[in-house]
Amino acid sequence: MLTVDGLKKHFPIHGGLFNRRIGSVRAVDDVSFVVLKGETLGIVGESGCGKSTLARLLMHLIPKDAGELVFDGEGVDETRGLTLRELRRNMQMVFQDSYSSLNPRLPVEDSIAYGPKVHGMSRGDAKQVARELLEKVGLQPELFGSRYPHELSGGQKQRVNVARALALSPRMLILDEAVSALDKSIEAQVLNQLRYLKRHFNLTYVFISHDLNVVQYISDRVLVMYLGQVVEIGPVEDIYARARHPYTRALFSSRLSMDPDDRVDEAPLTGDPPNPIDPPSGCRFRTRCPFAEEVCAAKMPAMGTWVDRSSHLTACHMEDAASGHSRAVRTSHTAMSGQASAVSANP
Amino acid sequence: MALQFSVTNAELKPHAAVARRPLVEVKDLKVKFVSREATVQAVNGVSFEMAPGEVLCIIGESGSGKSVTMRALMRLLPRRRAVLSGAMRVGDYNIRALSERQLTQVRGSTISMVFQEPMTALDPVYTIGAQIAETVIRHESCSYKAGMARALELLQVVKVPSPERRLKAYPHELSGGLRQRAMIALALSCRPSLLLADEPTTALDATVQIQVLILLRKLQKELGMGVIFVTHDLGVAAQIADKVAVMYAGRIVEYGNVRDVLIRPSHPYTMAMLASTIHAGQSRDKEIEAIPGSPPDMRRLPPGCSFAPRCRYADRGCTSAVPPPTVVAPSHLACCFNTGRPGQAAPQEESA
Repeated sequence: MLTVDGLKKHFPIHGGLFNRRIGSVRAVDDVSFVVLKGETLGIVGESGCGKSTLARLLMHLIPKDAGELVFDGEGVDETRGLTLRELRRNMQMVFQDSYSSLNPRLPVEDSIAYGPKVHGMSRGDAKQVARELLEKVGLQPELFGSRYPHELSGGQKQRVNVARALALSPRMLILDEAVSALDKSIEAQVLNQLRYLKRHFNLTYVFISHDLNVVQYISDRVLVMYLGQVVEIGPVEDIYARARHPYTRALFSSRLSMDPDDRVDEAPLTGDPPNPIDPPSGCRFRTRCPFAEEVCAAKMPAMGTWVDRSSHLTACHMEDAASGHSRAVRTSHTAMSGQASAVSANP
Repeated sequence: MALQFSVTNAELKPHAAVARRPLVEVKDLKVKFVSREATVQAVNGVSFEMAPGEVLCIIGESGSGKSVTMRALMRLLPRRRAVLSGAMRVGDYNIRALSERQLTQVRGSTISMVFQEPMTALDPVYTIGAQIAETVIRHESCSYKAGMARALELLQVVKVPSPERRLKAYPHELSGGLRQRAMIALALSCRPSLLLADEPTTALDATVQIQVLILLRKLQKELGMGVIFVTHDLGVAAQIADKVAVMYAGRIVEYGNVRDVLIRPSHPYTMAMLASTIHAGQSRDKEIEAIPGSPPDMRRLPPGCSFAPRCRYADRGCTSAVPPPTVVAPSHLACCFNTGRPGQAAPQEESA
């Protein structure tokens, strides 16, 4: 449904004499992936890895530096391609902060009706759409429609945001940490609602979150980011059961068990993620990776080619028998028996 | 300064300390915030005791009064707006009777606190070293040099890499994880007997959060201090707590050993909260058992049990009075009318 190819966004840093450009934050650096029709693609990663920048790039809220976006077979913002207006009719976003993303001076009903009106719907019809959507997200229109955002709780506001995103009947929703700011009991309500809406309206979700348990519950496929790059992508069961990239494995084992007898005594990783202004050469994870070798600093590991929805790809030298990493062959035997045999058949 | 200490002790607590007396005793603590528009009843009768060297986790959703309870223990609430009642004792100090002067003595040396946001809690215009040294000098009246030496030692204790360099760093020059470690070093600088940790790992990334949790657990064991740890994350509580107190609408609704509360919960709210939290590998075919409704408006609390409007086991009796703590097992309390009764409503449902 959506194909992203070589997407890049570098934020310049100005400073010094004459405010020259002295560097750049490589927020999203050469990211490629595909979102399939009707699926939920989960995007996980730590803060500063570029998840939210990626979401904003997909929505064209900020201009991209390089790369290509193809939505449903049509390039965006090209001559003869989709216009931004058409893209935004098909693709909508829900932000993390439910309060600041609503206009405080509009009753929520008018907030929801605003989009359809801009896109040429009559006032009465837009209001009707807004009321129906409020009903769909579990808020009684008579009770909540005329309220202002400050009169609603966090969970209710986030439901309004979802309703507003659905007002133009889009085909795809980008949910950027949409449930992260909510309390657990409310988060569960909103997640159930999102799953219901997806079935009901036949939606495609890009679900960005740092909560690995939630992503596992809601996603069909998962994409793992580290410092602006994709390190691993694959079906949810595969990734959670057999993560191949050392970063993904460390990230997953940092999940806290709810069993007090199952306490962790040693952290899987030390240190913090490095600064994206000046990322490490080669593999960006090598500074924290327990298996890093010379080859990891010398060249950037390549991601395989994507075939279909069951493809499980990793950008790690240990997965590539030809990379020269000492653990390369052994790991590929244990972790990816299918591809390993193909690789060993090659030479 | 030693003299001053002994005088205050005599004033506040005339009788000698009994061995293994609880480190913290809170009795019927109530906090109201009064403004022109409304009165918010943030804490509504919280009582608990805590032994020295114990880790108590207070779990609750936002607005349940957990942070306000912590701030009350540190006397950090605004004096004009917050109306307190009830009794609080930490060590030899009656917290509510302390003068401003005594408070500055107690804060940092007996009780200290780690906040959620190290960036706003640390002073941006002083180096990390200077901030730690200031606290040490203030409480131990030593020289600046000795203070800095102690600061360096503390940064080593909290495992900050290249501590000599970090001593001269300003808070904005550190990453989130290092900043939180510096904050912990600052809190531990005068060997407090009670550390209040208000969501110290919530703002951190998963891979960093676990490092800080392990560090806190290790330091707590080594220094033998009591820790009250506020969190909304059940996973964090499972990692660090000895005892758990679950708060809802300004009251403790369940209290007990971490195993008892998280594995055999007795209060319907605790059960519902556990069920609505997505755990690793949860079945994707089923809906999550969400708690219906939303937490009560703290300006207008419902009568009786505050959880009754959302509780699936609630009956008419629940709204008539606030349920008192009932013993469900040794050192395991729950405030629910139904758990105390023979033929308990809740566990029956669970087994069915």
